[in-house]
Amino acid sequence: MTVRSEPRGRRPFKKHCHLAAYFPGVDNTTVWADPRSKSQIDFSSLEHLARTAERGLFDFFFLAEGLRLREHQGRIHDPDAVGRPESLTVLNALAGVTEHLGLAATVNATFNEPYELARRLATLDHLSGGRAAWNVVTSCDASTGENFRRGNFLDRADRYTRAAEFVGLARKLWDSWTPDGVSRPFAHRGQHFDIAGEFTVPRSPQGHPVVIQAGDSDEGREFAAATADIVFTRHGTLEAGRSFYADVKRRLEKYGRTPDELKIMPGVTVVLGDTAAEAQEKAAEIRRQQVSPQNAIRALEQVWGADPSAYDPDGPLPETVPVADSAITQGRTRRGDTVAIAETGVPPLERSPRVGEARPSKEKGLPIRQTAIEAGGRQSFVGTPEAVAAELDEFVRKDAADGFILQPLITPVGLDEFVDRVVPLLQERGAFRTEYQGTTLRSHLGLPDPAWRG
Amino acid sequence: MTSSNGRGRLHLAAALDQAAVFDAGSHVELARLAERGGLDFVTLDDTFARPGPDALAVLSRVAPATARIGLVPTVTTTHTEPFHVQAAVATLDWVSRGRAGWRIEVSTTEGEARLFGRRHAVPADELWREAGEVADVAARLWDSREDDAETRDLTTGRFIGRDKLHHVDFAGGGFSVKGPSIVPRPPQGHPVRVVDATEGHARRTAARYADVALVRAASPAQVAAVRDQLRQLASEFGRNPDTLRVLASLLVDLGGGEHAAEPGHGGGGPRQTVQGPLYRGGPVDLAELIAGWHADGVVDGFHLTPTEPRRDLERLVNGTVALLQHRGLFRTFYPGSTLREHLGLARPANRYAVTGGAS
Repeated sequence: MTVRSEPRGRRPFKKHCHLAAYFPGVDNTTVWADPRSKSQIDFSSLEHLARTAERGLFDFFFLAEGLRLREHQGRIHDPDAVGRPESLTVLNALAGVTEHLGLAATVNATFNEPYELARRLATLDHLSGGRAAWNVVTSCDASTGENFRRGNFLDRADRYTRAAEFVGLARKLWDSWTPDGVSRPFAHRGQHFDIAGEFTVPRSPQGHPVVIQAGDSDEGREFAAATADIVFTRHGTLEAGRSFYADVKRRLEKYGRTPDELKIMPGVTVVLGDTAAEAQEKAAEIRRQQVSPQNAIRALEQVWGADPSAYDPDGPLPETVPVADSAITQGRTRRGDTVAIAETGVPPLERSPRVGEARPSKEKGLPIRQTAIEAGGRQSFVGTPEAVAAELDEFVRKDAADGFILQPLITPVGLDEFVDRVVPLLQERGAFRTEYQGTTLRSHLGLPDPAWRG
Repeated sequence: MTSSNGRGRLHLAAALDQAAVFDAGSHVELARLAERGGLDFVTLDDTFARPGPDALAVLSRVAPATARIGLVPTVTTTHTEPFHVQAAVATLDWVSRGRAGWRIEVSTTEGEARLFGRRHAVPADELWREAGEVADVAARLWDSREDDAETRDLTTGRFIGRDKLHHVDFAGGGFSVKGPSIVPRPPQGHPVRVVDATEGHARRTAARYADVALVRAASPAQVAAVRDQLRQLASEFGRNPDTLRVLASLLVDLGGGEHAAEPGHGGGGPRQTVQGPLYRGGPVDLAELIAGWHADGVVDGFHLTPTEPRRDLERLVNGTVALLQHRGLFRTFYPGSTLREHLGLARPANRYAVTGGAS
């Protein structure tokens, strides 16, 4: 295998790709209408996905979080898959049916307390032998606050200062036991937290569980550069990826960190076919399944902020946009609000079709649903296994990414084809591991163990 | 209809508590041992006040390594979020396919309060009142999505029947929860709620919300008195008292021989110690004690905490349980698959279902 050098000649060795699998959760990416689609909550579904990811030698398995169901005028949004397990609990169970796979939970820093969450994460790290990761998210949604003691919500600035203090405090707790097992008291007084005492869990196998930051905003990038091990970002063009990658890695130096200490992993969807044409056809069919007539109407509403339910999804787009009503939809990430992305832990990949952003299609005479399908984001990688493997490799080699977080479209079989057909090709290219080298998630990611700061 | 005395089926449970053990292996091993003995459930205690792992996490890890035994972690209600607690317990029920329980506890010390910095320590009866509210809202949230809510209707494009999802709109003394839960209704409907009712301030919460009450007492008369009071209170709360299982909770030290009851132990009954009522003796005498208290209608069963987990649990399973099975007093296999089935408790109707009754 020829080792191609980087254009800038920085890397003498072939850069390896990292892969993660995302549990297809609660949004319209999940193709529940497919006959192969099974339960979103049965343990067997989660077990199948995790075992498949481990069979494919993936770095980690990843779960999103949503603490308030999406609602529309006080009623539950019903066209998409809804209902999910509590992340940390299910990952502890998955630790029992896997041996190497990293286990990442999205957990909100707004509606949890540092002591308890640091303890739950350290416990997962112990029980899994060093495979725990935490995707730190924050919440700005007042409706989510209605489920918690705190109530209400924090404004944008406070959410990030709280999250930063939260992560720093969690690290302090993880460091509060000496490496040789002596518990030492801690005390912390800050803007958001004033706590003291002793941590109940000794230092865990990874020292600190891996920390993931989702979201692309300037605050998010800075937060990631300061404290995260992985950035979960949105996927775009190769050039956009390179620019984001360079920007985030550039920020590391001022925190005394090297570029290798932060991995950039966009969330992606993949559609495979025996030929390029077949793959495109499958991709189009999936988009049709994702955008039901009801979803097309809801998507229109999300963009308009007004009620379009009087319109026929198979009829044409109306000439005028109804008056916006900002109170109409809640518990939902709005497009364009890059901070709100952080709420579910998922950048809005192909989550919702941008109907209103596709006004020109009216001239094409397409009905609302068709417009939604056309306007909806495309899958990230569509093609033959060979073409997809080459493209993934290119993104990594050209520093647009360090790896990818794959979002399977069908529960639980949505990862099977990628693992069977693409992973071997990545391995042939020398772009992906052929066996696990270590036992901890940090070892899979090539991350150093955090220094103990007692 | 079960009679008001304890001569229904005998129920046995064991604690897996070990001093500061954090790896998965030894917990799995002990749970499997208990499962080999056909025990109804295992408990794992939890507190923010002493070193130890998150108990619900440990039993989630144990779930796929076991098949039948009930898994009952302690989850405290004082400094935790009711919404997260119910979601975690519901998820334990999903990953164990209907074997989850939840031992409800409170955090009474100022030391624990300082770990959170949100409130100061308050008196135990106030904490138990709040624990009752958490137990209440948890059950409402478990009901907030009806069993048949997921319709996956291809003709209408609807994944879910929105009329089968419910806001709980719960307003307690110190918190409120809107709902619905993010987790679908658990396999058991309501995972089994367990409360240690030994202390007076926990008793009303136990009588109102618990499926299983634990009573730490050294004499049958003491257990019987608490049991009578719990049943009385349960009736006053509008419950059928026969839906409440009362288990005597004992520390057991089976370090001696087969028949090694020391004076004041075993045949003479357990002795009150600082740690709680302690039985010290042989596994055969323990079987006699269990059979005797149960036959007298004092208890529905026992919750036993080994003083030396590996040794005592093995002697309990291979000695005490084997003998009870031999005498036909305890199950030799699990006829059911859920913890509720082991305990002889019905799957509760959903309070929000139009055709169902209130639970």
